Amino acid sequence: MEHIDIGYTAKLARLELSKDEQELYSAQLGRILEYFHVLSSVDTSGVEPTAHANPLHNVLREDVAVPGFGAGPALANAPQQREDQVLVPRVIE
Amino acid sequence: MASVDGYDAVIGLEVHVQLGTESKMFTDAPYYFGASPNELTNPVVMGMPGTLPVLNKRAIEKTIQVGLMLGCEIPQVSKWDRKHYYYPDMPKNYQISQYDQPLCLGGSVEIELDGPSRNVMGEHRRVSLTRIHLEEDVGKLTHVADGSLVDYNRAGAPLIEIVTEPDIFSPEEAFAFLTSLRNTLQNAGISDCDMEKGQMRCDANVSVKPVGTTKLGTKVELKNLNSISGVRNGLRYEIDRQIRELKAGATIVQQTRRWDAEAGVTSLMRTKEEAQDYRYFPDPDLMPVRISEDWKSQLAEGLPELPFDRQRRYMADYSLPYTVTSVLCSNRQLSVFFEEAIRQHNNPLAIANLITNDLLRELGAASSGSEVEDGERRSLDSLGVSAVGVADLVAMVDKGVLSNQMAKEVLSGMIATGQSAEAVAEAKGLRQSSDSGEIEAICRQAMEENPKAVQEFLAGNEKSINAIKGRVMKATQGKANPTLVDQVLRKLLASG
Amino acid sequence: MNQDSLAYLPASKLARLLASGELTSVELSRSVLERAEHLNAQVNAFLGWDGEDLMAQAEASDKRRKADKALGFFDGIPVALKNNIAVKGSLLTCGSRMLENFVSPYDATVVERMKAAGMLVWGRLNMDEFAMGSSTETSYFGSTANPWDLTRTPGGSSGGSAAALAAGMSPITLGSDTGGSIRQPAAFCGIYGLKPTYGRVSRYGLVAFASSLDQIGPFGHCVEDVARMMEVLCGVDPKDSSSYPAPVSPFHAELELALTGGRPMVLGLPVEYFKEDGLDPAVRRAMDEVVAYYKGIGWQIKDVSLPNSHLAVPTYYVIATAEASSNLARFDGIRYTHRSESASDAVDVYFKSRGEGFGEEVKRRIILGTFVLSSGYHDAYYLKAQLVRTLIRNDFSKAFGEVDLVLTPTTPSPAFVRGERITDPLQMYLNDIYTICPNLTGLPAISVPCGFASQNLPVGFQLIAPHFEEVRLLTAARAYEKGNDWHTRHPAL
Ligand SMILES: [Mg+2]
Ligand SMILES: [Zn+2]
Repeated sequence: MEHIDIGYTAKLARLELSKDEQELYSAQLGRILEYFHVLSSVDTSGVEPTAHANPLHNVLREDVAVPGFGAGPALANAPQQREDQVLVPRVIE
Repeated sequence: MASVDGYDAVIGLEVHVQLGTESKMFTDAPYYFGASPNELTNPVVMGMPGTLPVLNKRAIEKTIQVGLMLGCEIPQVSKWDRKHYYYPDMPKNYQISQYDQPLCLGGSVEIELDGPSRNVMGEHRRVSLTRIHLEEDVGKLTHVADGSLVDYNRAGAPLIEIVTEPDIFSPEEAFAFLTSLRNTLQNAGISDCDMEKGQMRCDANVSVKPVGTTKLGTKVELKNLNSISGVRNGLRYEIDRQIRELKAGATIVQQTRRWDAEAGVTSLMRTKEEAQDYRYFPDPDLMPVRISEDWKSQLAEGLPELPFDRQRRYMADYSLPYTVTSVLCSNRQLSVFFEEAIRQHNNPLAIANLITNDLLRELGAASSGSEVEDGERRSLDSLGVSAVGVADLVAMVDKGVLSNQMAKEVLSGMIATGQSAEAVAEAKGLRQSSDSGEIEAICRQAMEENPKAVQEFLAGNEKSINAIKGRVMKATQGKANPTLVDQVLRKLLASG
Repeated sequence: MNQDSLAYLPASKLARLLASGELTSVELSRSVLERAEHLNAQVNAFLGWDGEDLMAQAEASDKRRKADKALGFFDGIPVALKNNIAVKGSLLTCGSRMLENFVSPYDATVVERMKAAGMLVWGRLNMDEFAMGSSTETSYFGSTANPWDLTRTPGGSSGGSAAALAAGMSPITLGSDTGGSIRQPAAFCGIYGLKPTYGRVSRYGLVAFASSLDQIGPFGHCVEDVARMMEVLCGVDPKDSSSYPAPVSPFHAELELALTGGRPMVLGLPVEYFKEDGLDPAVRRAMDEVVAYYKGIGWQIKDVSLPNSHLAVPTYYVIATAEASSNLARFDGIRYTHRSESASDAVDVYFKSRGEGFGEEVKRRIILGTFVLSSGYHDAYYLKAQLVRTLIRNDFSKAFGEVDLVLTPTTPSPAFVRGERITDPLQMYLNDIYTICPNLTGLPAISVPCGFASQNLPVGFQLIAPHFEEVRLLTAARAYEKGNDWHTRHPAL
């Protein structure tokens, strides 16, 4: 069975998981990855990857500025704010 | 290569430069420095659910222009990728950047190393670039007692990242690189590159190795280098630190360190184990860009001459001294001003001297206290003197209407009043007298009042003419054209 | 006209009544509201609505119509939206605790278009959390029932949109489709559901699940409703770089034209899909009847091969979860979402807010998506899936060289019982087997009601067309509709 390091992956995804969740996901995702394994045997030599469903290029916007919506609407949903800025608990670097 | 204590340093730089566009990279919100907090936001900037990015054409064009100026290869297709990491200043917790298909590959920046003395041109060489890519800037965090405040005004501003090869070998070369890069970008109107406003930011990778060895040492990444001299000072400290460590028998651990300009030291931020896994993948919301030859040549047409090319041309075509050209060519505005002035009056040396000495002194006085090293001079326009005005002033000197001393006074008057050289000279009554009849009369009087000097001159003492000249100048309050006075006196003396 | 007599009328029929003056938008809206109020406790299709606002919009519409200034065919018709489509000033929860209190400061482009067409945008429809699920059971706000059998799921993730329409609670609804999220619930609820060509309808304002797969599309009681709704929704949008500058047809007008003047079409049956053991006998029987019907009207049925179809589910789940893990990174407790009360520093805010704010299925997919993109696995999973995606695309290109449309069941079975599959994610993923290929390839597809299995459970078939050939899709659906009345049957509620 494919091993997935749930602890490491959850850390990358900034997800706190309970011990139960970790065990559950570990088992389920192991099975799912096993099922995904069929992909590895497919011959894809000479094939270009598809990243977009439509082959568009150069979808560009002229450099014209429109006034922003300002701090009010920007922060209307903020859990905490002060002085027109989002307040977050201390950032430890 | 500048060896220190038997070690050589190897440096690579990552320079971020904000492109001076009207709107942000992926949305039409405006970007400029100094707006009130979160004023320059919209749903896209805030990374709100359901919003989508759209590419800013001008930002792409400016990036391609940078690449063209620096001799980069511009690939036919370039694409956008998401780079994931969590930080409160990044609204989507991924940065839209370019991973494996950036807009520019390779290229180089010409730098000038320190010469044997200040007025002799130093050696030039090219520092190789790895790539230049286009991405979005993040917001700004301010730490307060009970947390951090986030302002997203800067978030989404177009940012290019210029990555060098490990092709820089001393803090001084890093300084020269950034100076040259800044001049080049400012010169082309790509960015103002004001490091104090965060328009140009630099991270450095630095390692040391014993002289004569080829294997690179373990590199340390330096952050928070907030000025060009900060880069130099931070690197100097860090290179010394690494050498000290190695000499003490320690090994260098791969890590990221922060430069503290005030304390003058670097300190540990994080080690390699905490390095991040960015999980790059192509942004499905953005389509690739195809760059045709036509588009490229159209963009190339809009590019100015590079600063070093211009400097060489000034030295060759106008026989200007190196020191004067290095000032003139450090700033696009100065050279444009200079070229406009010499089109009006063809005396490059006098005009160049006037700009680099007098005008810049006036500008320095007007913006005293600001650090000139980072190029943040006040704009020439602020003096209110036009290139044509300067040309007219020099022309008046050349015609003998004004003496050099008078010209300085007239220039001050032009700056103070905004009037033309002619009008200021008129108002101040500054005008060399070139009326030979009048001068002849004064000269005759001066000779009469100074018979001793006349006799001595006639006896062969060349210098004694100066005493008579002095009297003439005194009598005319300095307004007589000295050349004319000399001619008239000699004529009168010869005729007895 | 009484409320229940209006409930199941197609939106296009209602629009004609509005146009002829036999009905006002206020009357219609009142009946819609009353029915929603009456039925929602049983069905839980709606997360909420603003009745006053709907009535105000209806009055404005009636005024326009009186002044002969109706904005379009659908002026005055209420349209309810899946709650992952942004409406300014309205809650946009995506069925998640994470966005429980999030009020959108802007309108999605489709909302702007519908408002410009005079439609009454109202109601927030239930959905699987962030559109992740096939049963509308992963919603933080409780699951939705299938109006045909309240013990069963309406499908998902647009289960609220399908159930509301099937129960007659809104004459037209919008959903979004990332792997079948419109078509599968349409089939389970006995109605029409269309996923347009990728790039047809702007995604601006649709909360992204998997950006390269998502499309907004309509649910309707009849083909004309769907066609007319497409005319409102389609069009290039400068705010969405993936929106395609394709001409927008007057779809509804082209249908009859194509049927009367057009040639009989060739429908392709993918041989691989009918070999599946998982295909329910009732669905197989219904498919046989569909084939017989088309043959009966002189259309041709041909076997086609989609040799890589067995790779579709893994390919889809790698790409969808990878993109989702990235799209959902912005929900972090910092700027506008749920923030954990117990977080002590900024890093803690991320871990705890996301741990608390996301439900089980969303977390599972974020983990999976993060894993397939992470260093050391990216090439084996994510890149490989992108390569196989090309192979699947090529399969369809080849098939469309031989046939006009591909015909498949929409789902392997009729609606399943609520709670039955939720504990087995892989089983749930396999349920999408027929619907995910149009998302991987960007092709348009429709689910058409085609009968009932035992216990009165609706069954649907799916038609898939080449890119931007929605008219072909709708024409074939209309040809079937003409000779069948499955779509006129309604649940007993
Ligand atoms: Mg970098
Ligand atoms: Zn960068």
